[in-house]
Amino acid sequence: MLRVYPFFLQAALVTVQLSVLTCLLGLACGAVGASMRLSRLAPLRWIAAAYVSLFRGTPALIQVFILYFGGPQIGINLDAFTAGTIALGVNIGAYMTETIRGAILSVDRGQTEAARTLGMSKWQTMRKVILPQAARMMIRPLGVNINALIKGTALLAPISVIELTQTAQRFIGSTYKPFEMFLMAGVLYMIFIYIVGQGINWLDRRARIS
Amino acid sequence: MGLDFTVVPGYFDMLLIGMVWTIAITIGAGLLSFFGGIIFAVIALYGHWVIRLPFRLFAWLFMGTPLLLQLFLIYFGLIQIGIDLPAFVAGVIGLGLHFAVYNSELIQASILSVDKGQYEGARTLGLSRGQTLRRIVIPQAVQAVVPPMGNNMIALLKDSALVSVIGVAELTLSAQQAISRTYRPFEFYLAAAACYYVINLCLEAVLRRLERRIAAQR
Repeated sequence: MLRVYPFFLQAALVTVQLSVLTCLLGLACGAVGASMRLSRLAPLRWIAAAYVSLFRGTPALIQVFILYFGGPQIGINLDAFTAGTIALGVNIGAYMTETIRGAILSVDRGQTEAARTLGMSKWQTMRKVILPQAARMMIRPLGVNINALIKGTALLAPISVIELTQTAQRFIGSTYKPFEMFLMAGVLYMIFIYIVGQGINWLDRRARIS
Repeated sequence: MGLDFTVVPGYFDMLLIGMVWTIAITIGAGLLSFFGGIIFAVIALYGHWVIRLPFRLFAWLFMGTPLLLQLFLIYFGLIQIGIDLPAFVAGVIGLGLHFAVYNSELIQASILSVDKGQYEGARTLGLSRGQTLRRIVIPQAVQAVVPPMGNNMIALLKDSALVSVIGVAELTLSAQQAISRTYRPFEFYLAAAACYYVINLCLEAVLRRLERRIAAQR
């Protein structure tokens, strides 16, 4: 049993890396997606709506497979880690698009009207009035998305990224101790998710005070 | 190698059979997660703490770890202790238990969200504890729980793709079989994605109808 610890710790690090990169890409896609969904230009709105509907309407696993296995057919050759990160990031970005859009829409309309009446431009209104208020409201729901994406990184086990679930699977096969391997990986996931959860709570509290 | 979608129709029957299995798994695991969710919620809310504590631990473990890891545990773990379930059954149990935990959280929250005054009022009028729950609390809780539980069912449909990893012959695995014969992953995974999207749209339509019907009963 002792021999497997280093492998699990290393795999946990890969899971952390995957989660951070996926989260950053997801936030970028979410920010772009949400601004497109709220745009005045109808085609931009349609593109963003199609993005959200298609990526939320199909399994993330299939999206990973399309990019990793299907990519080379259209000239995209990526290693498993990169392909997996991109696929999962774009996928969670679709969920984050809706989260960010929801938070922006939840800011009272009167705020926009008042800011515009005071002579602020549309851009100024968004940056100085709407976004600071929306940012506070999106911390908690984005935390739910981040929790889901951490567990979602397990989907890269089938394309052989050496992360926690893949490592557990590998050692279940070689040690015949499925419960121990499950617990080892499970506890590491839960520690990571707990730390991230505490970070989000802290951010949320701070945002409420200011 | 470019794209050639003309190979897809030749494997249409294979994808169709996969779709039927995906729907069967979703319904099976959906029912399990529904009734399991109710049982878990009742235990969590009204059970003795000796039963409640292990359930809390179980729920915590299932919500804090990836579904894929749980499927590996159930499929390979049960073989280890001598229970050799077919992959299909292991997949349905894994998916069903996973979502039962999430449904249980929703049900608990919705029961607790019913105003305490309703409960007290019913008891004062002479209804028994069981009657109060059955006639007053549950009908109100159901309304609150249907939309989020519908979202769980949609998530369950999409996550059913994961059982292909333990070898259940559903839509994703059907696509993989077609790919192993044609070497055309892009076309077949895209076709599988389209199939999931269609099932998803149907499920959403059914759920919207259900929500409207429940709202109208009020």
